[in-house]
Amino acid sequence: MKVHLDTEIDKLKRSILILSSMVEEAVRNAVVAVTERDGEKALRVIENDNAIDRKEIEIEEECLKILALHQPVAGDLRYVVTCMKVNNELERIGDLGESIAKRACFIAKHPGTENVVDFKPMMDIARNMLKGALDSLIYMNEDLAREVINRDDSVDKFRRDIFKELKKNIKKDPEKVSYYLNLMNVSRHLERIADCATNICEDIIYMIKGDIVRHNGLGNAKQETFFDDPEQAD
Amino acid sequence: MQKRGLAFRKTIDIVLKGLSILFVALTVFMMFWILYTVISNGVKALNWSFLTQPTKPYGIPDGGVLNALLGTVIITFGAVLIGVPAGLLGGIYLAEFAKENRLGNLIRFSANVMMGIPSIIVGLFVYALLVFTTKHFSGLTGSVALSIIMFPVVLRTTEDMLRMVPDSLRESALALGMPRWKATFSIICRAAKTGLITGILLAIARVSGETAPLLFTAQCSDSWPGSYFTQPTANLTVLINEYAGNSPFEEMHVRAWGAALLITAAILILNISCRFIFKESKSAK
Amino acid sequence: MINHNGDKVKISVRNLNFYYGDHQALFDNTLDILENRVTAVIGPSGCGKSTHLRSLNRIYELYREQRTEGEIILDNENILDKSVDVLELRRKVGMIFQKPTPFPMPVFDNVAYGLKLHFKLNRKEIAERVEKALRGASLWEEVKDKLKKSGMALSGGQQQRLCIARAIATQPEVLLMDEPTSAIDPVGTLKIEELIEELKEKFTIVIVTHNMQQAARISDNTAFFYKGKIVEYDKTEKIFTSPEKKQTEDYITGRFG
Repeated sequence: MKVHLDTEIDKLKRSILILSSMVEEAVRNAVVAVTERDGEKALRVIENDNAIDRKEIEIEEECLKILALHQPVAGDLRYVVTCMKVNNELERIGDLGESIAKRACFIAKHPGTENVVDFKPMMDIARNMLKGALDSLIYMNEDLAREVINRDDSVDKFRRDIFKELKKNIKKDPEKVSYYLNLMNVSRHLERIADCATNICEDIIYMIKGDIVRHNGLGNAKQETFFDDPEQAD
Repeated sequence: MQKRGLAFRKTIDIVLKGLSILFVALTVFMMFWILYTVISNGVKALNWSFLTQPTKPYGIPDGGVLNALLGTVIITFGAVLIGVPAGLLGGIYLAEFAKENRLGNLIRFSANVMMGIPSIIVGLFVYALLVFTTKHFSGLTGSVALSIIMFPVVLRTTEDMLRMVPDSLRESALALGMPRWKATFSIICRAAKTGLITGILLAIARVSGETAPLLFTAQCSDSWPGSYFTQPTANLTVLINEYAGNSPFEEMHVRAWGAALLITAAILILNISCRFIFKESKSAK
Repeated sequence: MINHNGDKVKISVRNLNFYYGDHQALFDNTLDILENRVTAVIGPSGCGKSTHLRSLNRIYELYREQRTEGEIILDNENILDKSVDVLELRRKVGMIFQKPTPFPMPVFDNVAYGLKLHFKLNRKEIAERVEKALRGASLWEEVKDKLKKSGMALSGGQQQRLCIARAIATQPEVLLMDEPTSAIDPVGTLKIEELIEELKEKFTIVIVTHNMQQAARISDNTAFFYKGKIVEYDKTEKIFTSPEKKQTEDYITGRFG
């Protein structure tokens, strides 16, 4: 009976890895579509989001099945519950990637504007945070998870800098305001992706230690995020 | 090669099965032959006067065995009064308080030895102890002799029956706050009730057929067993010995067979009822 | 007694050691059993959980070679002391065993036996208390027409509830249960677990079980025993979501034992 549960948990681990690579690819392609103004690429990302949603449902059902049939306790229980939460966060990241792709579509339809913003640094950090979160899940590495959580501040800083830059541009070229607003949304989505990676790491710490670490002062930048932000709705 | 092995094994199976059935049949057949002999010879003696008249010397008509029958009953009853309480209490001690210790093992060993003593020696022992010293044969000394034979049997069966009661019942009686003696008598003995009764009945069946111990203690007489305490008392087994062994007269032989029939019938009834009591209690559980 | 969390402690076990002859079975057990709570004792076979339970009402004294050292404090008295009235202790601390053990007598007499043992009551009072105990054990409705029937004629689950009624009739304060449902069918088990939930309002319950799901379902606190030592003792929800010791975690996730 123990072997059976271990097999199921391994299967769950593999499914999460598959989902995470799907999601990672979506985010990467979406940002490339923005910077290269590639409408085709963006459309493909939007289409693939269905596959991501289906995978999320499949993983959730797997988790429920394990809970119902095996009634795991202690470490096993925390693992399955964490997988469910990570599953949710990954799907959210996938949705954010889709949103970025939708911005890319709009941007691609408006050629002639230069790239006023370089998303690459922000995207790299966000992607590394996501990779770090998933690595800490696979290797049950608490230190890595804490490290990822600490990097969230730098992503927030990037977003604030981009906002400042874009506000300047809007004042300069008011007729290009839709374009700039879309770029602002892209940066906001990237910041949210980093937040999701942070959430994943907090969940992993709970799984490893049994301590719920949310709202623990690990990421106090959260309070400042939309402080000076005119646009709240997505 | 495998086929040969199978045939060989099957043959051995059949041979052994056949042998066991044969021996069982032989034994059962012997038992029925004995019964048949006793019944066919004894039934000739059964008539009204046989069952209602006391023994009379040869020549006097209407002799019976009623006094001997009563005597056997009274002597056995006396043996029960002496031997059964001692055996019960001893068995309780062994089962409840002396499961593993040295004293318990000594008692068990002694009881086993006692059960193996020839009954005639028990009779001689009581003769030397009581009859010779008081210069009286009596039914009472007969009871004493029989009780000595009964005692170890009751002791061992009591212990065995009590041991069959699971420890969990003992523990739950004590866990309720019962003192040990109360738990033992009210609960454990009650749980083993049928087994204990069966043990006693079987012991009675065993001693009621003993002759040798009574030869030197109760002897026999033609009078009613009113003189149980101080005079020889009539009883069936010694009577059979007298009439069948020491009397040359055919009529007395017939009466001996009749007495034998009575005893056999009594023992059979006791044994069979034991089986029924035990079986009934088992199915009730 | 009040412990550091403000909960009332009913039984305080201090440095309990237990010996079967020369063989030591319990090592320095220290444990506070809280009042009106269900405390589960879990652990692999042979870890000492039943031995520990049987120390709490001194039932081990039935066997000469078993002995204890240490203290068990109940109501400010060390019950292991020689001067303690063991019969009164066993009235206060009732015990239910793994195998249901109804006495060989009618249902009514089974329950009344303990009453007559400890209290002087007239016929009417006995009948009232018997009914109360049977109701308390969720058995009254099933046996009210069969009170004269032998206790041994009931089903397994009913027999066990009869034993519970018998135990609670004497108004104990603590109930010790040694794997009470391991010999009972699932429906009977469920009834007994519901009963335990009700009983804890009036009594303090300590239950030894090898069924971890049961311990998780019905207990407030859980103690994990291994090889005669208490490895971990905490609130049940903590033990089953994030135990402190790895040994505990390994045992409850089934990785050993």
